[in-house]
Amino acid sequence: MNPLAPQVVNLFAAGLLLLAFAMLAQRRIVTLIDLFALQGLALVGSTVTMAWATDQPHLYYSAAITFALKVVALPWILHRLVRRLNVKWDVETLINIPTMMIVGILLVVFAFNLALPISELSRSFARGTLGIALACVLMSFLMMITRSKAVPQVIGFLSMENGLFFAATSATYGMPMVVELGIALDVLVGMVILGVFLFQIREQFDSLDIHHLEKLKED
Amino acid sequence: MNVEGILLQLTALVVALVLGPLLTGWVNQCRAWLQGRRAPPLTQPFRALHKLFWKESVMAHEASAMYRAAPYVVFSCMLLACMIIPTLTTNLPLAPAADAIALVGLFALARLFVSLAAMDVGTAFGSLGARREMLVGFLAEPAFLMVLFTASLISSSTSLATIVSSLAHREIAILPSLAFAGVAFTMVSLAENARVPVDNPATHLELTMIHEALLLEYSGRHLALMEWAASLKLFAYSCAGLALFFPWGVAQANDRVALALALPVLVAKLAAGGFLLALIETILAKMRIFRVPEFLATAFLLGVLALLVRLLLGA
Amino acid sequence: MNPSSPAIDGILAVVAAWLALGAAGLAAPRSFRFVAHVLFPVSAALSLVLAGLGLAALPAAAQAVVLPIGLPDLPFHLRLDALSAFFLVVLGLASAGITVFAAGYFRAGEGTAPGVMGLQYHVFLAAMALVLVADDAYAFMVSWEAMALASFFLVTTNHRIPEIQRAGFLYLLVAHVGAIAILLCFGVLQANTGDYTFANMRAQHLSPFWASAAFLLALFGFGAKAGILPLHVWLPEAHPAAPSPVSALMSGVMLKTAIYGMARVAFDLLGTPVWWWGVVALAVGLATALFGAVFAAAQVDMKRLLAYSSIENIGLVVIAMGLAIVFTAYRMLPLAALAMTAMLYHCANHAVFKSLLFLGTGSVLHATQERNLGRLGGLMRYMPWVATTSLVGVIASAGLPPSNGFVSEWLLLQGFLFTGALPNPYLRMLVPVFAAGVVLVAALAGYVMVKFYGVIFLGRPREEKLAHAHDAGLLERLGLAWLTAFCVLLGLFPVEVMEVIDPIPSLLLGRGLVQGGHIGDTFLLAPVSPERASYSPLAILGVGLAVAGLVFVLVRRFYHGRVRRAAPWDCGYPWQTARMQDTAEGFGQPIRQIFEPLFRMKRELPTAFDAAPRYRVTIEDPMWGGIYARIAAATESVSRFVGMLQRGRIAIYLLYSFLTLVALLFLTQA
Repeated sequence: MNPLAPQVVNLFAAGLLLLAFAMLAQRRIVTLIDLFALQGLALVGSTVTMAWATDQPHLYYSAAITFALKVVALPWILHRLVRRLNVKWDVETLINIPTMMIVGILLVVFAFNLALPISELSRSFARGTLGIALACVLMSFLMMITRSKAVPQVIGFLSMENGLFFAATSATYGMPMVVELGIALDVLVGMVILGVFLFQIREQFDSLDIHHLEKLKED
Repeated sequence: MNVEGILLQLTALVVALVLGPLLTGWVNQCRAWLQGRRAPPLTQPFRALHKLFWKESVMAHEASAMYRAAPYVVFSCMLLACMIIPTLTTNLPLAPAADAIALVGLFALARLFVSLAAMDVGTAFGSLGARREMLVGFLAEPAFLMVLFTASLISSSTSLATIVSSLAHREIAILPSLAFAGVAFTMVSLAENARVPVDNPATHLELTMIHEALLLEYSGRHLALMEWAASLKLFAYSCAGLALFFPWGVAQANDRVALALALPVLVAKLAAGGFLLALIETILAKMRIFRVPEFLATAFLLGVLALLVRLLLGA
Repeated sequence: MNPSSPAIDGILAVVAAWLALGAAGLAAPRSFRFVAHVLFPVSAALSLVLAGLGLAALPAAAQAVVLPIGLPDLPFHLRLDALSAFFLVVLGLASAGITVFAAGYFRAGEGTAPGVMGLQYHVFLAAMALVLVADDAYAFMVSWEAMALASFFLVTTNHRIPEIQRAGFLYLLVAHVGAIAILLCFGVLQANTGDYTFANMRAQHLSPFWASAAFLLALFGFGAKAGILPLHVWLPEAHPAAPSPVSALMSGVMLKTAIYGMARVAFDLLGTPVWWWGVVALAVGLATALFGAVFAAAQVDMKRLLAYSSIENIGLVVIAMGLAIVFTAYRMLPLAALAMTAMLYHCANHAVFKSLLFLGTGSVLHATQERNLGRLGGLMRYMPWVATTSLVGVIASAGLPPSNGFVSEWLLLQGFLFTGALPNPYLRMLVPVFAAGVVLVAALAGYVMVKFYGVIFLGRPREEKLAHAHDAGLLERLGLAWLTAFCVLLGLFPVEVMEVIDPIPSLLLGRGLVQGGHIGDTFLLAPVSPERASYSPLAILGVGLAVAGLVFVLVRRFYHGRVRRAAPWDCGYPWQTARMQDTAEGFGQPIRQIFEPLFRMKRELPTAFDAAPRYRVTIEDPMWGGIYARIAAATESVSRFVGMLQRGRIAIYLLYSFLTLVALLFLTQA
């Protein structure tokens, strides 16, 4: 194995984390989608590096799927969605951004300590990045919590999947192909359903502000 | 300390004094090209300085000694910073006098004097500028220090010379922690050098100006010194950035060949960096002043994150 | 242990002389000239003697004496070791300058009669000296309480003003709550042996639970005096109330006695600390420091601003202590020595520069009768002495090179940077976050100091009467110059200062910095090694001055030095008035906005149609509403409940006594 490989994977992992933070701090939906696509690209990069370093061809396939789905298809759908829904403007977050980033930093520390015992069990050379993967998942969650508009929440959901995927590849060199395909399909279908759902929300409330969903509860 | 050391130190001084205004001129040129305007000549900043030095200095009746002393203090702070940062070689006799923390301290000292001098005349714009400058400073300084700390942790030293020589010998191009630090550093240096998303030195708009508001009352030789100090600051920041993120080409001790090559390499790197700066300035829009704290807080937190990534990944 | 020690005898002689000076003032309590121009200068000389004695005792071995005063069978144990000696030096050096200043500061006809005031002042000084050499809980608490009472009377010098009465009462209250905690701490430390000497406490080996209890009690008790969050509330009230030399003495020296107490308990009496104590201290210290810095930026009263700035500095000291505790707990002694040196260095620095700034505000106050920053401005032209010395204090307080404030912050950050080897993973990651916090605090201090200096001394006078402000008198100048000189010396010769401090880590940790290796020479400070970190204030100052001078000469040589005076330009706006400058509120506005959740603000904003628009903003300490108001409410409800017992009939009161008696008898029988 090339000694450079772990470092390159680390670099991609750091890029993933950096992008997760950038997404946390981004107000504009269009930029958010681009960041999401970049995150997909970082994921592809790390998967390809791992495939090349450990000589596992199935990782190439999963990288290809990731590329097709997360770098091309989903961003395209999202851009289309944003155009159709006409929600290109800035979205204020519920908590101010520096506070969110401080919470994010605490999450990183937490995730790393959480991942420490797990990653010692793993034999993967990229196990050190498990903490980053976990942190990405938690931060996507945080992003979903702190956005009041539906589209950023969908992006948060999708980027959470990115984190999970990265966790799988870094800890165990990826999931079995069947599972991976299944997840990919799930995400795609989920995206379509969410898209339909978003149109429904707007039909109903003339807005994508999910505050309106609060009215749906029974009084 | 020997004769060679003193000569190198003097060379660094002269290089800073000459390249500083040239870098400012170069950035202005690039920006003009990118924006489709006719560019001023490269030496325009020198001509402006020369003109200003000849003009008499007009001072407000109220101006006190602080106002007159500040340009000299600020200028020598910046020059000192340029003499400490390894621009051409790490073998500078003055380098041990100040490490990374003291470097930030020097910038902060200059900032304190600039702000106090701006408040000295007692105009509305002066105190407004001072307030905004300190606002930028109190977030940018910690962010810059976090960037430097990340590099210090990598090389387990806060001495700039040691940082550069250990970073130049690493095996991988970009360490992940340095990627974070690099983003933070870019944000900080834009803010610190009064560049576009934070400040626009080309306008005198009340709503936006920071750097110009500070210098509003200055004229003649005092203004010249302040402007020269500002271009030295840009030079110092650029060199610090190059030293941290692209340390190749800085000569180590007793390496004559590298020393001969150091100046052309530095000029090339600065030219590339200056172009990039002009590009950023052209692409980005000036942000509202209320957004500046958020921008800088983000830079600061990215710096902290760089530090954490360094400790967590060990990379 | 030798029964008599010349150093301690000398210190006792100084203490006795101070008390005698105080008593002498009573002989002619109304004679202003006698007290101010005879007694106070003598007292300053005594301060110098004390500093000299401390300096001589620092490298010497610990000495102890037993003084048969007080109750029978309960003598005063006194001991002088490096830690005590260092704080005695701080006390002596700072009080020498403050006392000289005070000699010129106190005016006839202000509050307490000068003789009585002199007594209080000297009892205060003497009590602080005794606190530092006390070697048993009894002597310590007696001197501690004497110190608290004397300073209470000093704070309430102008006791006819209700606000000042209130401030004094608050101070006394917090001081006593703290004293109770300290007493409890000593109770825990003696571990049921009934022997309250510190020697016995050192010999006890407490279980981790009781040791932690003792540490937390000490942190709380001494923290109340030092002003850590949330016990800081008395500081911003007491400092504006007290006369400036008293503020200087309290902020510069008295807060340090509390730090001394914490260090004494944590490093000396408790033996080896537990690592999480350090984390507690780090967290409390960072919260205190940030809170102090943020609130200082929002203040409009100059002494209140300095009080919050003192809170910030105490926070930094506690952070350094926390770091030292963490390192000691993990037996990383060289780093612990570094952190401890930073802590002590910062104590000395803060004593000097904060005293200097408080004295500066005193001169301003006398010259202008104004504490409100919004009515000051432009004083640099009328008070050049005060302005110049304050500038040095401001640079030091902002922690900028080449001043002394920078050195201690530099050392502290060095301590933070070499923590990579900590065995606890959570700690390893949290420590850089603390370092980031420290850096943020240091930068905020710069903001605060620009506001403080710029609004008071620069710009145009905001009131007409300021043009009649006069500079400080001769004695005042002497006091200011003395403290300024130490700001400069402590900043320029860090290696020498650290060599003086070094016996303390050697004593408490068994390993000093200098002893562990070379820390550099006069020209270069390098506490670990020159490759890792180095700093040379002399070179920075020397080269900086040389460059500035050369530039000055060259500009005159090649160009000219002509100057024309004109009206300010200000973008061509002709109707400039002094009211258009930033007010203190305005200067603090960005900080208020950024840290909005921390503040409890009340704002009155004028609308566009107001004929007489008024803008008013008041800022309250959130700790009042958050903690103290609740405690007050709880106390009230409890007392209301207790009040129900009050029936007004003798028979019922007798019934209570009877029931109590029966209950007690029952309990003893069981």
